[in-house]
Amino acid sequence: MALLLENGAVVTDPWTVLDDAAGSDGIPEGPVIVSLERWQRDRAVLELRNAPLGIRLKSHQLAGEIAADLDRFGLVVLELPKFRDGRAFSTARLLRERYGFTGEIRATGAMIPDQFLFLVRCGVSSVEVPDNADLAVWRHALTEITIAYQAAATADEPLSLLRRRLSP
Amino acid sequence: MASKAITANRVQDGVTIWVGPDENWVERIADAAVFDDVSAETVLRAVKARGGTGFVVDPYVIEVTTNREGPFPVRYREQIRARGPSVRSDLGLAIDRRPA
Amino acid sequence: MTHLGSESHAGVYRYDDVDRQFVFERVEQFRGQVARRLAGTLSEDEFKPLRLMNGLYHQLHGYMLRIAIPYGVLTSRQMHRLARIARIYDRGYGHFTTRQNLQFNWIKLAEAPDILRELAEVDMHAIQTSGNCVRNVTTDQFAGAAADEVVDPRVYAEIMRQWSTLNPEFSYLPRKFKIAITGSLTDRAAIEVHDVGLRAKRGPDGAVGFEVFVGGGLGRTPFIGKPLRDWLPEADLLAYLDAILRVYNQWGRRDNIYKARIKILVHELGLPALRERVEQEFAQIRGPRYRLDPEIVAAINDHFAAPPFAEAAVSVSGSLDRHPELPAFGHWLETSITAHRQPGYAGVTISLKPIGGIPGDLTADQMDAVADLAARYSFGELRVSHAQNLVLPHVREDALFDLWQALGPIGLATANVGLISDIIACPGLDYCSLANTRSIPLAQQIGARFSGPGEQQNIGDLSIKISGCINACGHHHVGNIGILGVDKHGVETFQITIGGKVGTGAALGAVIGPAVAFDQVATVVENLVAVYLEQRQAGEPFVDTVARIGTRPFSEKVYGIAA
Repeated sequence: MALLLENGAVVTDPWTVLDDAAGSDGIPEGPVIVSLERWQRDRAVLELRNAPLGIRLKSHQLAGEIAADLDRFGLVVLELPKFRDGRAFSTARLLRERYGFTGEIRATGAMIPDQFLFLVRCGVSSVEVPDNADLAVWRHALTEITIAYQAAATADEPLSLLRRRLSP
Repeated sequence: MASKAITANRVQDGVTIWVGPDENWVERIADAAVFDDVSAETVLRAVKARGGTGFVVDPYVIEVTTNREGPFPVRYREQIRARGPSVRSDLGLAIDRRPA
Repeated sequence: MTHLGSESHAGVYRYDDVDRQFVFERVEQFRGQVARRLAGTLSEDEFKPLRLMNGLYHQLHGYMLRIAIPYGVLTSRQMHRLARIARIYDRGYGHFTTRQNLQFNWIKLAEAPDILRELAEVDMHAIQTSGNCVRNVTTDQFAGAAADEVVDPRVYAEIMRQWSTLNPEFSYLPRKFKIAITGSLTDRAAIEVHDVGLRAKRGPDGAVGFEVFVGGGLGRTPFIGKPLRDWLPEADLLAYLDAILRVYNQWGRRDNIYKARIKILVHELGLPALRERVEQEFAQIRGPRYRLDPEIVAAINDHFAAPPFAEAAVSVSGSLDRHPELPAFGHWLETSITAHRQPGYAGVTISLKPIGGIPGDLTADQMDAVADLAARYSFGELRVSHAQNLVLPHVREDALFDLWQALGPIGLATANVGLISDIIACPGLDYCSLANTRSIPLAQQIGARFSGPGEQQNIGDLSIKISGCINACGHHHVGNIGILGVDKHGVETFQITIGGKVGTGAALGAVIGPAVAFDQVATVVENLVAVYLEQRQAGEPFVDTVARIGTRPFSEKVYGIAA
């Protein structure tokens, strides 16, 4: 998997995904990502760690479920099981606009490049794409459309009427 | 055993096509190749494998009968695909695909 | 012939450089996607959602392009461009749908980006005419013209068009989402059979607000929309829609395509629970960022300023020369004219249902001719109606005779608007890959049965709606007579309902008995009409007779002795 930032840059992923089945004593050092279920089960142990914690939400696990705990997380990973499943777009906006989350929001799963700009506008800050993905196509998808007709989670330059210019 | 043909639409222009002799695509169903059940499935798999990069859209097997002109679809839906809309015979579309 | 310049008075949202930049960017984006598809780097599965978001379907005969006619408003220039596209890129005709869209049926994928570019040049597009997103917002075909209008719905339809366009949060909804708005006492936009229906109205102080309905829709599980809110202030329109869509996006079903529309969520949650979620969400997002600024409303309203009506045109309908020597003109006047708010003007409906013709089809030559007539008689403005007809919204009453004379030679003077042969029919199996049965030929056969002089006028108001499958694109549930095509072991059969209606007090029709064969349908309709003519009371339209006497007398006539 390659990790693309909202500005199109490729970065190395510092996070490790913690398997739900792995025991509490086997948690590696450094930043780890846990499932919502694991967080709910092992919260006491996880909170004692002295490294950043990320949480991974399935598409039906909505923003409200982690709202109260958001200050514990440096990363929220949103799964798109199918590109047609658009719940993550609402989840990302709610995390940013309703709950004021300022950490990284990462989208992963079955996305298509043409969704990249929408994800970013909803507040997603990185996407995980397959190793064989054409990164030029993904990057290009961020710049194809420069006008929007509605406010969203990211900053933009207001124009007249409902229009706004998206900053690249 | 029922007679079968294989149909699809061409990616470039959407035109309705059928698998002809030598597995080339033809634009008249009368020129289509007729298969038995088993060989139709084999050819369909081959077509899907070969067409994976995007030459045809949605290939599938249909039932046909054979008349003087050649093969012709059994189902009404496929007859309309072969001849064009029943309400627009004036389009000059596939007039020569009509059954004898 | 055409009065150049008159079009500058057409009530249409005019693109500026920003809108133009957007729509051309969108064309080039699609050009890139098509190139990737033709090169084979995109599979059909990957390409499908991209082409659908630009209105490009794959249908029975290949690609079909569905072009948005936002809230049904077209200028002469745009209609001429549609004619040009029909001629150059298609087979010389187009098909107007029940959702104020136009479909071309013979599109080449390689040419689709060029077509979108041709559209962009005249401020048009095909964005979101398909896909699981907010579709083309529809409204009253007499918006800005109707005598009974309270609020001009075009202003808000345009605002919603902009808000929904490439909305980053609501482009991958559980299923498609249709919004309709009316601003008149008479609902000509069928707001109660849409995912969201809005009735614009005025408060005691004259301020604009909306009554909101939710969860209406036809398809395989028809529902009439339920009242969600009685009064939504103008400034909250977009925030409230955001709230509805967000609730739907999060909780709408995604496990079963047939249960994914918001009507099922409303049904399963119950209206009070749905309302509570929407109101909770709305309470959190109302605020300056999502508030609809009255200055924006005013600026968009300017695009829809009334054309410069001639004060001297006043010739009240009563004194109109009805040319008694030409009864055909009288018939046409009776069916085709709608009262206009400006004295001396009329709204004119042009029937696209010639006897024996294809409902909603128009040739390129007819498009050009009707565009010229709009330029000459209606400030360069046309409308497309929910019933698949065209409208010239602002015609001087003293020009009606000339207009009628000009419509005859181009085959557009059929005097049947609102009558039994003004049939709504989906494309059916002749064009559609989802259809079970044909639907157009039935419309042709039924029209022919009632083509005698005065016959339709005697029957009066009667809507027939035909769908070639359960998806109900022909709105059969709400036809006074509804006809639904069903495939029975490879044979086309048709289920008949009666008593459905749209508009204020919308109702779903009731099935009269077992499905009938293709060549029996027109006879069944004749029998239904015969019962009505026997039973009706003075001034009672068909649908009221059905409501009064029930379906049984009709079933008995059609099937013999009642079961």
